[in-house]
Amino acid sequence: MSAIPPFLQVENLARAYPSPTGGEAITVFDHVNFHIHKGEFVCVTGHSGCGKSTILNILAGLDAATTGNVFMDGREVAGPSLDRGVIFQSHALMPWLTVLENVSFAVKSRWASWSKQKVRDHAMRYIELVGLMGAEHKKPSQLSGGMKQRVGIARAFSIEPKMLLMDEPFGALDALTRGVIQDELLKICAETQQTVFMITHDVDEAILLSDKIMLMSNGPHARIAEIVNNTLPRPRERSAIHKQPHYYPIRNHLVDFLVSRSKQFGALRDAPDAPSSPTVFDPADLLVPEPPVVHTPPVGKPHIHLVNA
Amino acid sequence: MKTRLTLNQKAGLLSLGLFALILLVWYLATLPDAKVAAANVDPEYAALMGGGAASSASSFPTPVAMAQTVWERLSDPFYDNGPNDKGIGIQLAYSLARVLGGFFLAAAVAIPLGFAIGNSRVFYQAINPYVQLLKPISPLAWMPLALYTIKDASASAIFVIFICSLWPMLINTAHGVANVRRDWLDVARTLEVNPLRKAFRVILPAAAPTILTGMRISMGIAWLVIVAAEMLVGGTGIGYFVWNEWNNLSITNVLFAILMIGVVGMALDSIFGVLSKRVAYQE
Ligand SMILES: Nc1ncnc2c1ncn2[C@@H]1O[C@H](COP(=O)(O)OP(=O)(O)OP(=O)(O)O)[C@@H](O)[C@H]1O
Ligand SMILES: [Mg+2]
Repeated sequence: MSAIPPFLQVENLARAYPSPTGGEAITVFDHVNFHIHKGEFVCVTGHSGCGKSTILNILAGLDAATTGNVFMDGREVAGPSLDRGVIFQSHALMPWLTVLENVSFAVKSRWASWSKQKVRDHAMRYIELVGLMGAEHKKPSQLSGGMKQRVGIARAFSIEPKMLLMDEPFGALDALTRGVIQDELLKICAETQQTVFMITHDVDEAILLSDKIMLMSNGPHARIAEIVNNTLPRPRERSAIHKQPHYYPIRNHLVDFLVSRSKQFGALRDAPDAPSSPTVFDPADLLVPEPPVVHTPPVGKPHIHLVNA
Repeated sequence: MKTRLTLNQKAGLLSLGLFALILLVWYLATLPDAKVAAANVDPEYAALMGGGAASSASSFPTPVAMAQTVWERLSDPFYDNGPNDKGIGIQLAYSLARVLGGFFLAAAVAIPLGFAIGNSRVFYQAINPYVQLLKPISPLAWMPLALYTIKDASASAIFVIFICSLWPMLINTAHGVANVRRDWLDVARTLEVNPLRKAFRVILPAAAPTILTGMRISMGIAWLVIVAAEMLVGGTGIGYFVWNEWNNLSITNVLFAILMIGVVGMALDSIFGVLSKRVAYQE
């Protein structure tokens, strides 16, 4: 696996903002290193304000890192590109366009030379894929939150990007809608072998969707502290996934990180030789509830959802 | 069984009632008791005071006389008997042509300039002092300067309309463009949309409601200013008509002109109302 050069390589990324009081700049995160292979689905989680969105915006090319580099497909990321589709937390649909026009706008941007009919057919294919057939002539204001988010997904997928970036795409949805769209996303990603970088606060969502879960410590000077390889077999079923032997160890490990370990990394900030690469865990390591698992959240509680504090 | 009126019906009834009340007050106020009073006055004195003032055109018209004038003038709006006697349609057409000319010239300058200012902080800060300085100047204050440089009365009126329409459109366009939601711009950026397409397909529709509000305000001000401008430059137009009829002491015609100014102003505004609805979007 390590023989293949990673599709996305992030090296020593740091982002600082000038201090509002005019003093020393505030470093949100630094020493951020990770990579993503082609076709991998990576989730990032961490407490509010640790810099997840900032990292995503840098990957998208919408924001620039203070130091460090991002390489995708061997080329440095400098500015936004059609190669990276972004699904925004706030869906970011243009309210004056219909569903079809919103998706067509993206398709036309990708393939400027296509005929009207070809653009339309292509857009309709993706609208159908997210189950919005029949709603294509509606304006976003006439859609429910879940439907809007689906349009955002259709729009991002329709340009067939090499990589998809999602910032808490389902954060604003109710649990039921979220479940339905997660299933759809699983299906689409399996079909398209899409490489995905996704921010989520929902531990169960991360386990259901991802191949790899990155855990960020609290800021300032946040970093990616741990990476959990999620080897639960695919295809995954929401209703059966908790019966997998590795499910609860992984889940406990994640919850425990968010509840207690994420803060402890603060102690490392000051250490000059602080580790710049995260500890990697495999589910097999976690089966033995020896080092990390200190407290176990009550089993059977279906959803622990850590929303923005 | 009691019949319930809708909100529109109630408002309509109240409007009609108010209209009737106004007519009644008007009617009572212009009852010909002046004649009775005049009869007691020495006829010589009355003649001195303006040739039998009670029956002359300078007295305030009764509602009936007013209605007659309105009917006569509206039934032949486009006659032309020389410089001081033209139909109301012709006068309004002159005014409208000046207003539209000045307004569209202003739009052609203000909207692109507003786009540039709204897009760039540097540009905004560079232009802002000028806008702040020029905006509070009454457009009529420009008139002497316009007459001096342009040397043409009608063109000067258009220039004054241009100046007064400029600021609301400029400020609203800049404001609308500067406040386009970041998300939409980010979408355009991630889709590598070229600048021209971004301007027309993202920024323009996003800012259109604000821009149109600016145009609507400009049009309202332009229609206010044209009357005063034409009073100054004279010759043609509804403003000149009002002034001319005042010199003729024809209060009836002045009133009629006032009514027409209101009607046209309302029509212009409602056109922009319709346009606003068309570009409005619901987030
Ligand atoms: N323009 C800015 N100026 C100064 N500080 C900023 C700016 N944008 C973000 N920050 C800071 O950067 C930090 C990280 O922000 P970011 O939005 O990436 O957090 P996040 O991890 O996505 O949080 P959440 O989970 O709440 O979305 C925050 O502490 C925030 O205060
Ligand atoms: Mg965020």
